[in-house]
Amino acid sequence: MTLYFLCLMLFCVGLYGVLRKRNIIKMIVGLGIMEYAMNLFFVLLGYRFHGRAPIDAKYQDILNMVDPLPQALVLTSIVIGLAVTALIISIAIRIYEKYGTFDITKIKKLKG
Amino acid sequence: MKAINIIPLFVIIPLAAAFLTSLVGRLIRRSSEVIIFITSLALLGSSLYARVLLNSVPGKILVYKIGGWMPPFGICMVMDGLSSFMLVTVNLIAFFVAVYSLSYMNQYTDKPKFFTLFSLMVCGMNGVIITGDLFNLYVFLEIASIASYALVAFGTEAEELEASFKYAIMGSVASAFIFIGIAFLYSFTSTLNMADMARILAYKQNAWVIPFVGVLFLMGFGLKSALVPFHAWLPDAHPSAPASISAMLSGVLIKTLGVYALIRVFFNIIGSTHGYLTVLMFLGVISMLVAVVLALSQWDLKRLLAYHSISQIGYVVLGIGLGTPLGVLGGLFHLFNHSVFKSLLFLNSGSVDYAAGTRDLKETGGLGKLMPVTAKTNLVASMAIAGIPPFNGFFSKAIIIIACLQKGFTGYAICAVIGSILTLASFMKVQKFVFLGEIKDKLKNIKEVPFAMLFSVVCLAIICVLGGLMLLPSLRFFLDDAVSVVLKGTSYAGVVLEAASRQ
Repeated sequence: MTLYFLCLMLFCVGLYGVLRKRNIIKMIVGLGIMEYAMNLFFVLLGYRFHGRAPIDAKYQDILNMVDPLPQALVLTSIVIGLAVTALIISIAIRIYEKYGTFDITKIKKLKG
Repeated sequence: MKAINIIPLFVIIPLAAAFLTSLVGRLIRRSSEVIIFITSLALLGSSLYARVLLNSVPGKILVYKIGGWMPPFGICMVMDGLSSFMLVTVNLIAFFVAVYSLSYMNQYTDKPKFFTLFSLMVCGMNGVIITGDLFNLYVFLEIASIASYALVAFGTEAEELEASFKYAIMGSVASAFIFIGIAFLYSFTSTLNMADMARILAYKQNAWVIPFVGVLFLMGFGLKSALVPFHAWLPDAHPSAPASISAMLSGVLIKTLGVYALIRVFFNIIGSTHGYLTVLMFLGVISMLVAVVLALSQWDLKRLLAYHSISQIGYVVLGIGLGTPLGVLGGLFHLFNHSVFKSLLFLNSGSVDYAAGTRDLKETGGLGKLMPVTAKTNLVASMAIAGIPPFNGFFSKAIIIIACLQKGFTGYAICAVIGSILTLASFMKVQKFVFLGEIKDKLKNIKEVPFAMLFSVVCLAIICVLGGLMLLPSLRFFLDDAVSVVLKGTSYAGVVLEAASRQ
């Protein structure tokens, strides 16, 4: 239970970064933290204490094994997160070239 | 070739097109344009063929098992009435937008990259529609979203980058909520297959997880479909993209990633309860009214259209939220109609921008004499979106309003009528300031746009005029099959699993 709670804390830290920070790089870092929190949460769902990998081997009884499916899914999710982060960072670099600032309150040519 | 093998083609064809255009687009001149034309035509053809094919299958459902794994274990692709309806809509719009882009994108550099991203977006949308696995839906949703973030920033000017950044942050937060919702559902049901999940949820009632997951999905997909409390990114992102991409984003992307996914999750997996339907209707009415009032005061043509997208999505969600056969019919029919006339309006705004170099309503005027085809098609689309009788928008709005009255929601019906009147008012403003009135001196020399662009807008205008014919008994199957899938609710599980074991 503590682990899940810490996971929620990590997610909230990320969400705080996205919502409250004025520097767009810090917002991107916040987004990264959020992604880590949700990946961690998904892996935790499949984790069993004192479990082992579900690989069948001779002369071994697997009594307590972790669920491998979330791990496979989280690998996909990490790759997606990488793609999003790379794209947003490249956009942030171009924004800096155009506006000369990372401050979100000064980047407002659009009316919103 | 067995009939069922057509299903994976909807993902394979655009993915292959994306690969090919990025590979040979730079080496051979105009090769990317040829590839994109052929693939989008092939996609349109196969979606229509699949729709006809579905009529000959018992139960009107096709299930393709990837790698031969039976549904609870492997990933399956499901084509039923609703998927087929959405596939036809998406690929129809994608084809006309692709043809339009052949000429329109001449004013941008690096066409091959544009077409690569465009194909990826179509691939993501087709994947979201056709998949029968919840995590697979998330993956395709992200493919479509990432491609659209990049496409919004395609012009790489200051405003476009800003809009794209905003869109990307909001979209990523939405995806995070959807991902957590999927994680909760997985831990609760130990399966990711949508049909199996619905089957297990059916006998695990009254758990606190379900409402919680429902709220997460409502936030996630609500952000993707830009319902009013979550709409802030749309009026920036859609106008900033190139016009053909605005047409795709407003025309089909928000419907596929937002409304379609909402329908699948809430009606077919979780099961529609009274609470969800009330929330959906309320969000629909709020979006309908707030967005149309905001649209009235806009002077940027594309920004005005973007606000109308939010408002029209409100109609769709209101219709579907009613949950009655007539309401769902109206909602889905309006979804199709809106994707046709809104993409037509955005393509017209692109034509005005292409010819006159501006889309500010204060700077244009009198273009009707110089660009007769654009002006006439725009008139058709404006009347369709405002709900003037012979056009398709009238029929779908009338059905939604009648369905509201039938279920006793007189207030919502009145709101829908008011929204429609305000829509008419703001499109009269567009007509007056863009196409009627005196020609400004510096716009004296503009010409009508090239043939490829005209071809798309004329075809879409014809669909707008003839759209009402879809309610004829002989053509009703297109809508009725989609409606029956929505109304079947969670018995979707049994149908899919039974079809999977049979086919």
